[in-house]
Amino acid sequence: MLKTLTPLLWTLFSAGGMLAALLYPVHLLLTGFAIPLGWVPAPSYPALHDLVAHPLARLYLFALIALPLFHWAHRFRYTLYDGLQLKHLEALIAVLCYGTALLGALVAAWTLWSFR
Amino acid sequence: MTMSSSAPAHYRPYHPKWYRQRVSVWWWLEKPVYALFVLRELTSVAVAFFALMLLALIRAVAAGPEAYARFQAKLQSPLFLVLDGIALALVLFHTVTWFNVAPKALVVRIGGRRVPDALVAGAHYAAWLGLSGVVAYVLLRG
Repeated sequence: MLKTLTPLLWTLFSAGGMLAALLYPVHLLLTGFAIPLGWVPAPSYPALHDLVAHPLARLYLFALIALPLFHWAHRFRYTLYDGLQLKHLEALIAVLCYGTALLGALVAAWTLWSFR
Repeated sequence: MTMSSSAPAHYRPYHPKWYRQRVSVWWWLEKPVYALFVLRELTSVAVAFFALMLLALIRAVAAGPEAYARFQAKLQSPLFLVLDGIALALVLFHTVTWFNVAPKALVVRIGGRRVPDALVAGAHYAAWLGLSGVVAYVLLRG
């Protein structure tokens, strides 16, 4: 089962890694520092609400959350195998990692789909 | 005669027990390159942290102005500033390592000639700067 899924999981890992590399630094800098610390004028609540409500923005945000979660799942899974030598727990670790990513992706999909 | 009527001899296939040196769980602390490798893999934890933070932010926006204000107040707390600082450092490490191996994963040929690694990596850095500018513009305009 894991073997047949490997190409798909690797593609998700790769796509998520690229999105995170290109877009996470600027989002983290703005959300985590520039806006809360007042380095830039913060967007008003209505402006932010309207922005997120836009269908393209919702699609963008879904990709921006879901794909990097699968990137995490893939990397973290191998880190646990190699770093902590847990190769014997392969199936359990894979289910926990990809399952967590899938759950996060589903919550993101639901949140963005039902956004009003 | 009696020999041939008996069951065929059961041979045990030769199976040596290979000598394996036990590797410590702390193998990645033995050399700086090993530690950097594990650090690179652990950048994924910062990636997941920020993915969940984005999700929480969107849920706060969906829940209304009060929930959004509470979320903003939380982001101003020292705890979150420290966590975000660690996450930003790790995410930047992810970006740099990702772009630097990109030429090895993505071999581009133009006119039968391989595009130099520096150019492929450079294109990624240029795209990074451009997209960062677009995101900042869309989020912060008026």
